[in-house]
Amino acid sequence: MTRAIVTVVARDSVGIIAHVTASLAKENVNILDISQTILGDYFTMIMLVDLSRCEDSFEGVQESLKKCGDEKGLVITIQRQEIFDAMHRI
Amino acid sequence: MINTDDIMQTIQMIDQQHLDVRTITMGISLNDCADPDVNTCAQKIYDKVTHLAERLVRTGEEIQHEYGIPIVNKRLSVTPIAIVAASCETENYAPIAKAMDRAAETVGADFIGGFSALVHKGFTKSDTALINSIPESLAGTQRVCSSVNIATTRSGINMDAVAMMGRTIKKAAELTAESGGMACAKLVVFANAVEDNPFMAGAFHGEGEPECVINVGVSGPGVVASALKSCKGEPFDVVAETIKRTAFKVTRVGQLVAMEASQRLGVPFGVVDLSLAPTPEIGDSVAEILELMGLESCGTHGTTAALALLNDAVKKGGIMASSHVGGLSGAFIPVSEDAGMIAAAERGSLSIEKLEAMTCVCSVGLDMIAVPGSTPAETISAIIADEAAIGVINSKTTAVRIIPAPGKDVGDRVDFGGLLGCAPVMPLKGWSSKEFIDRGGRIPAPIQSLRN
Repeated sequence: MTRAIVTVVARDSVGIIAHVTASLAKENVNILDISQTILGDYFTMIMLVDLSRCEDSFEGVQESLKKCGDEKGLVITIQRQEIFDAMHRI
Repeated sequence: MINTDDIMQTIQMIDQQHLDVRTITMGISLNDCADPDVNTCAQKIYDKVTHLAERLVRTGEEIQHEYGIPIVNKRLSVTPIAIVAASCETENYAPIAKAMDRAAETVGADFIGGFSALVHKGFTKSDTALINSIPESLAGTQRVCSSVNIATTRSGINMDAVAMMGRTIKKAAELTAESGGMACAKLVVFANAVEDNPFMAGAFHGEGEPECVINVGVSGPGVVASALKSCKGEPFDVVAETIKRTAFKVTRVGQLVAMEASQRLGVPFGVVDLSLAPTPEIGDSVAEILELMGLESCGTHGTTAALALLNDAVKKGGIMASSHVGGLSGAFIPVSEDAGMIAAAERGSLSIEKLEAMTCVCSVGLDMIAVPGSTPAETISAIIADEAAIGVINSKTTAVRIIPAPGKDVGDRVDFGGLLGCAPVMPLKGWSSKEFIDRGGRIPAPIQSLRN
């Protein structure tokens, strides 16, 4: 299973989660876990996603998330989970 | 799921603290490219390098996208050309350098290292031909890097080679006078050179290495500096511990990238090089780390101790994070490539003498230092001899990458652009070392006991 971490940082507004998750659904990316906080005016969301049923390439998903972010002024990153495991787990 | 803070820390390290993988370097053996005809030999080298490294850059880019970690350089290192070209019936190896340059360009690699000779005990005919070809070869190519090993702890210092390299550096500078002596930025003189170094300009693929190998060099002075900001006023135990923890994380990224690249390319993984390599960007400086330990300006009294602690803690933290550590592994102190070092040199706090002392406790040596263009070749040779003595006596790698910038004097600056940065011309002592260098011969290998 190819797992990745999606992070979304933006000024808080209505419908951010809906907007991002819709874009992921379109790519057939399954969301396994979500955590979300508001720090000051800033909305931060972290999602663990599964890309194994997604037919698009990793770069393709990255592109479509970037487009999705640009539409609403969100900063979205997607990175393979292993980099976080490597750095923070022994 | 991983802790949110950990995820945000990784993203901040990459985004704001310049965490990156400095280089994925593919080492390629050229032992099977020998030929009596230099042009055929060059063609064989071009064919082999472009074949094996065809997917290197593309794979590096894929990993960069998927893991979100910048991989700044994709490089190549090859068997020392003095060995590969030994059977060529010529005394000019420039056609081989040209072929290496074309091969690197074809596959999109940033640099190719290995226009090298190992002459710590003496010269073969081919070694002499290679060293004589260095100035023309480096001046006529963009991506080729050259290194010459002139000393080892086991065999002492080849002072004939030291003298020869002083002249070679001067000539290389003169041939590239219009770019500030740029060829010298691609030429390193080593003592105790290592066979698996992924960093330029000193990378070559040693004779003990496999057919093809992937070595990775990590970076991350900005990340260490940022971590140290949170321990202001704390004792050194805390400082060392903080650096170790940070180095561990940085190296784990290197290990991950190395394993992934090795698997995707179907090439064995060699080593992760734990070096803290600065860039000229603000916030990516080794000098800044030393200053954060409480020194007003890098180069002042206490700098050597600070650097010793940093170098040791980076190794201790990094070594557990990687299955195989190698290369140069330590903090680099290239003056022109480090914004903090440039500032310290211009301020006058960092002198060449202090840099020499610093090289006793950290990786490599006098690196990317610009000196007046009028410096005699013998003085450059004497600088090399001093640095080699430090390496030979202390059983460590030392190196000299010095640029006698044509037409420039103390107070001027030489701009090399990109990662090579910009170097303030530093003053040297005016007294001659000519008679010393003219002696030639070899300085015998040092005793390994009675160590005081």
